[in-house]
Amino acid sequence: MFELKVVQDDEIKVLLNDLLELHGYDFTDYSKASLKRRINRLFTLDRFPSFAEFRYRLMHDAQYVRRFVEQITVPVTEMFRDPSFYKTLREEVLPVLGTYPVIRIWHAGCATGEEVYSMAILLKEANLLHKSLLYATDINPEVLERASNGIFPLNQMKQYSENYISSGGKQEFSSYYSAKYDMAKFEDSLSSKMIFSTHNLVSDRSFNEFQLILCRNVLIYFDRQLQTRVFELFTESLDNLGFLALGSKETLRFSAVAARFKAINAKEKIWRKIA
Amino acid sequence: MEKDSLRQVDLVLIGGSAGSLEVILRILPDLKYGLPFAIIIIIHRKSSFESTLTDLFGSRTGWLVKEAEEKEDILPGTIYVAPADYHLLIEDDRTLSLDFSEKILHSRPAIDATFQTAADVYKRSVAAFLLSGANADGSAGLHAVQKAGGLTIIQDPEEAEIKYMPVQALNKLTPDYILSKHKMAELINLLGNKG
Repeated sequence: MFELKVVQDDEIKVLLNDLLELHGYDFTDYSKASLKRRINRLFTLDRFPSFAEFRYRLMHDAQYVRRFVEQITVPVTEMFRDPSFYKTLREEVLPVLGTYPVIRIWHAGCATGEEVYSMAILLKEANLLHKSLLYATDINPEVLERASNGIFPLNQMKQYSENYISSGGKQEFSSYYSAKYDMAKFEDSLSSKMIFSTHNLVSDRSFNEFQLILCRNVLIYFDRQLQTRVFELFTESLDNLGFLALGSKETLRFSAVAARFKAINAKEKIWRKIA
Repeated sequence: MEKDSLRQVDLVLIGGSAGSLEVILRILPDLKYGLPFAIIIIIHRKSSFESTLTDLFGSRTGWLVKEAEEKEDILPGTIYVAPADYHLLIEDDRTLSLDFSEKILHSRPAIDATFQTAADVYKRSVAAFLLSGANADGSAGLHAVQKAGGLTIIQDPEEAEIKYMPVQALNKLTPDYILSKHKMAELINLLGNKG
């Protein structure tokens, strides 16, 4: 366990300012407590002798900036996390999406891609993958590289397989990947419909119109003001009657765009754009 | 304990793992109403246990018991329960936030994460209880509370159902109190005596 006060609050402000001015990454509207923990964790993990050296490295080493961004933005994700959420996608959302000639889905903040592959499996089982496009974006290029490979640790597969079954999956989960050493490589047919690209929710604009946008466990790291801006971006990027799916503890309820959406059921965090 | 009634306390933290549920259920019915602080409970459990926990706690006290939500204000008279599978953090403006980063010592929610961020924000005005458990989570957090000037209490390992967690913490710090579960509600009520 790391100490929380190794990097002081005013030093964090200096770092965030450097990152914005020198590298164009704007973390100033991120929730502070989490950011502070991530920065202190990284400082401890990478054994910097002093703040000055940490700062210098971040100013001058582009490779290290990438590591910083990856580590600060919490690339933690799972396949079929919250199985009941995926069950609802299967039963209530995919039948609607199936009526479109082309299905465009945006995974915003996809991290290492586990959810994108989960979605591809759902689409394949609903016989919709062939006419779908999955746009998977993240602020940080390193994780996208990994996501596009579709290779995940083998020791996670037992849990993922259980999640998959609870989500209503009927196939043999292991039929979707081949195991090699301690890794599982998911079949290329799943990734053939995926398009990976960097996109920064803080500073980048809408780039297409979608029938479904998933952004799960990303907004918890943003302050209210930034959440509001991102909700506007999503609203703008959704077709009429398109779906927006958030993480299990996130809500649209307090946002300015709430009136333009209707929750599709009481339990899962999925809304439909109605106006 | 009497001297602690003079302390300004705005937040009480209770963290525990295996064997702590029973302790919390013993504390809750004895809490006075209208105490001038909020209580946050962080307890390790399987995610499937989730909704029943707030109901269970709510059935033992007249305090408002709710699952902690992101960006929510921390209000006196309310008991917040950390949701399963998220870390619960405290922001500078005394609001709650959730975090889905790596497990800490195999735990999410981690007691350390809440204790550390609470110490950072509330400083002297926090009191933190660490209860029974089979895991080393909580020690670093309790240490942070102590360093910030807050009040620290560890369940007496002799009576803890699983003494590992209290013992780990005792190896790291000398708390203000090593208490039996029978004395904990009394202390919390005293902390609220000030006004």
